[in-house]
Amino acid sequence: MGEITLGQYYPTNSILHRLDPRVKFLGTLVYIVALFLVRGPVGYAVCAAALISMIVLSKVPFRYVLKSLKPVVLIMAVTMLFNLLLTPGEVLWRFWIFKITEEGIRMAAKMGIRLVFLVSGSSIMTLTTTPNALTDAMERLFGFLKIIHVPVHEIAMMMSIALRFIPILTEETDKIKKAQIARGADFETGGFVKRMRAMIPLLVPLFVSAFRRANDLAMAMEARCYHGGAGRTQMKPLRYRKADYIAWAVVAAFLAVCICLSVTGW
Amino acid sequence: MLIEIQDLCYTYGEGTVYEVMALDHVNLKIGEGEFIGVIGHTGSGKSTLIQHLNGLIKPTSGRILFEGKDIWEEGYDRRSLRTHVGLVFQYPENQLFETDVLTDVMFGPKNEGLTKEECEQRAKMALRQVGISEDLYKVSPFELSGGQKRRVAVAGVLAMDPEVLILDEPTAGLDPGGRNELLNQIKYLRDKRGITVILVSHSMEDMAVYANRLIVVHEGKIAYDDTPRNVFTHHRELEKMGLSAPQITYVMHDLKARGLEVDTRALTVNEAARSILMALSLRKSMKTAEAQEKQD
Repeated sequence: MGEITLGQYYPTNSILHRLDPRVKFLGTLVYIVALFLVRGPVGYAVCAAALISMIVLSKVPFRYVLKSLKPVVLIMAVTMLFNLLLTPGEVLWRFWIFKITEEGIRMAAKMGIRLVFLVSGSSIMTLTTTPNALTDAMERLFGFLKIIHVPVHEIAMMMSIALRFIPILTEETDKIKKAQIARGADFETGGFVKRMRAMIPLLVPLFVSAFRRANDLAMAMEARCYHGGAGRTQMKPLRYRKADYIAWAVVAAFLAVCICLSVTGW
Repeated sequence: MLIEIQDLCYTYGEGTVYEVMALDHVNLKIGEGEFIGVIGHTGSGKSTLIQHLNGLIKPTSGRILFEGKDIWEEGYDRRSLRTHVGLVFQYPENQLFETDVLTDVMFGPKNEGLTKEECEQRAKMALRQVGISEDLYKVSPFELSGGQKRRVAVAGVLAMDPEVLILDEPTAGLDPGGRNELLNQIKYLRDKRGITVILVSHSMEDMAVYANRLIVVHEGKIAYDDTPRNVFTHHRELEKMGLSAPQITYVMHDLKARGLEVDTRALTVNEAARSILMALSLRKSMKTAEAQEKQD
């Protein structure tokens, strides 16, 4: 129960939530590729339709999807500005050393739409998939890298442990902070140096407890005979069900349509 | 009234999917010198409640008055409030950070703006009160044993010389010797210095021995607020809340159900023993009287 909800998972029960995370992960990749494939208005309309139907299917309130756009607004603005000013073509307005071209406007609009679609599309994935399910999916999808001795399982395990520790450490930070405030500590006033010094009573206990927790966890894992990925099975292995096959078909169809549209330039 | 809580509500994660109402229209009055026990099931809202008392959490609605003043009023000095209302968190040893024990305990008084000498004096007094001997003053707090760390952490709050001392499960994870020592120390402080103590605990036995007022929190509301003796008469209702009365209460109820005229309101083992002995001798004398009657 922290202020920071991990990732941005929105707990509810929808078709998208129940879908196999591998489908969602690769589906999102396909969607992003498609976004950069399509060129004409029909192509954008198809992508928009795909995005809107995904949002509706996910049962996630629209404002949560909008919220995910907030951190990238600045990047979007800069990208659009550069596209607007630096695309060569038929000049419409000239102002000092800047000139705005018709192609520039078109490019900026396209870029803006692409970025909005891209970010909201991938946030649909993170809104409907728990971080753990996602790591699980990645472990399976990148499993082939084991052949060239990439420790896929270990990397996935480290990722899920790190993810699991974020809320724990957030809570711990909150607790220690409160405890020190209760002892009269002041984290809010003073200059930079004073504030940095004020962090010591927070950071020292936090590090001590992080190390202690890491030790405890390592011990607990060893006590359960954990020794890496070799020969390890899962309690709930990812299995494709009917809905997942249908989803694969939909994704494939979507990709095919987008390739056609890209070739024709519609 | 020292502390007054009026119509306090608190909601976690307001406006999100994870919204939980932790406190639901709580009203409380806490007087000077009381020894109050607070019990409740995990997640009942008791920890949230006590964190309101020194202004660590801002209520969603309702007011908290300390010595008659609203602590969330504009311009109220909540930092100085925290020196009046000392709060010892659960597992307080996790907040130790200094290089040695004495400096760590001095952190609180230092934040009050006292001189170094005063801080040291306060710290040494607090350490004496919790029974940490002088040869440990210069030791790193991380080298101490669990029980010692706990006591140093409690001293860290005591050194601020609070009028109200709130402890959130101070005995969790301590061995029986350590817990009795700590609780006796707290009781001694309350008796000697007249401070108000609010103790959150899961142990009904501790509550029976130390508290003179027991507040039962259930689902964000105050279910009972009475002397431990009276609260424990509701042992059936307590069980429904996932709590229980002291074991001795059950023994006494069983004995009474089997026909021994004992006082079911006995709080401690000693009280119970006395009551049982009395009931037994009463039964014995009644039997001898009966026997004599028959003889006559």
